[in-house]
Amino acid sequence: MLSAVWQTLTRWYHQWGSPRYFFQYSGVLLRWLWPLAIVATMTGLVWGLAFAPADYQQGDSYRIIFIHVPAASAALLGYVSMGVAGLVGLVWRMKMADIMIKAIAPFGAILAAVALITGAIWGKPTWGTYWVWDARLTSMLLMLFLYLGVIALINAIPDPRQAGRAASLLSVVGVINVVIVKYSVQWWQSLHQGSTLKVVGETAMPAEMLSPLLISMLGIYLLFACTVLVRARTEIMRRERKSQWLKEALQ
Amino acid sequence: MNAVRKQRLMIIVGVVVGLGIATGLLLFALTQNINLFYTPQQIAAGEAPVGANMRVGGLVVPGSVIRNNETLDVSFDLTDGQGTFSVHYHGILPDLFREGQGIVANGVLVAADRFEAEEVLAKHDEEYMPPEVQDALEKAGHPGANADDASNKGEPKGGAGVYTRGYKADGQY
Repeated sequence: MLSAVWQTLTRWYHQWGSPRYFFQYSGVLLRWLWPLAIVATMTGLVWGLAFAPADYQQGDSYRIIFIHVPAASAALLGYVSMGVAGLVGLVWRMKMADIMIKAIAPFGAILAAVALITGAIWGKPTWGTYWVWDARLTSMLLMLFLYLGVIALINAIPDPRQAGRAASLLSVVGVINVVIVKYSVQWWQSLHQGSTLKVVGETAMPAEMLSPLLISMLGIYLLFACTVLVRARTEIMRRERKSQWLKEALQ
Repeated sequence: MNAVRKQRLMIIVGVVVGLGIATGLLLFALTQNINLFYTPQQIAAGEAPVGANMRVGGLVVPGSVIRNNETLDVSFDLTDGQGTFSVHYHGILPDLFREGQGIVANGVLVAADRFEAEEVLAKHDEEYMPPEVQDALEKAGHPGANADDASNKGEPKGGAGVYTRGYKADGQY
């Protein structure tokens, strides 16, 4: 059983690691993923922003959570994916890994920025300030800069292999910061509250608020996946523009 | 996995583990600087420097808020169950400021038990609830249903977790 799962995973790894296979099947996947992503995001956001009940303390201002939390968690997840791609790129020297980092970074940076901006907008009425240099806010800002650093490295080095290696290293090393962001509210005293969503233990939120939140999170994850696939396809087309298989695939 | 890849993997794992340990040690050494505020317990223990600019955080003691009717002066006591001191502030308090609520104040500790705040921020907790649910909890006499007198009865609300996390273990709170 376990060896069968492992075999399937290795097969997928080799298949999706080939630009040609990736290009062909990501196109098929996207046809399903786009509608799913749009429907989930719209459902989650409309439900959360318009229909979910107000909070007993914050009233309606808490609704920013339906954008803030999905954006922040997708930004974290995106950085971890970049780290995994970076590791694969550095150890196995796989071309697709470099392409994936280039595909993930911009939307990840946007999501990190969205999380910071929505947090600041929420912070003013709730805390009484837009920004405070506590552990969570500062480490999240650092993550935005790491994303921007990866983008800058890719664009600054003209040789794609060199650029890929540099970006991979920053992606792998930057994962340390993801751990810091995640646990910052537990390790240090911060103004930012602890996590509402918990993997273990009771979630401090009733179902009528939690359901739209989880749906918008799913929606943002899928939207992220869609943009990554589209950007990866564009990059494959750019790199393989002289290949015969691409010309055939595009006809 | 062939030998070259294994070696590359080892180098990268080594780099990440090394940097991780270095970062961990750095952050551990800087804990006092990264902590956003001093707790009342730390102030009671004399860990906070008197006369220096800093932040303090704690729960507003219910019934301790005294407002001046003529000016914007307000004073209240801040506690974490281990220590208590008074905070004096001149200005407009955030909407979420209330008795029993967690707050973070920025200012100067003028004496061991007196803090002059220049800025008061409300700390929000991670609990969300529709107002009807809160009403129902209140009617049922659920402990801690009301944020205002929460710290009198059982589990405190309003970001209290961070102040009480360490103290619950020894059953002090």
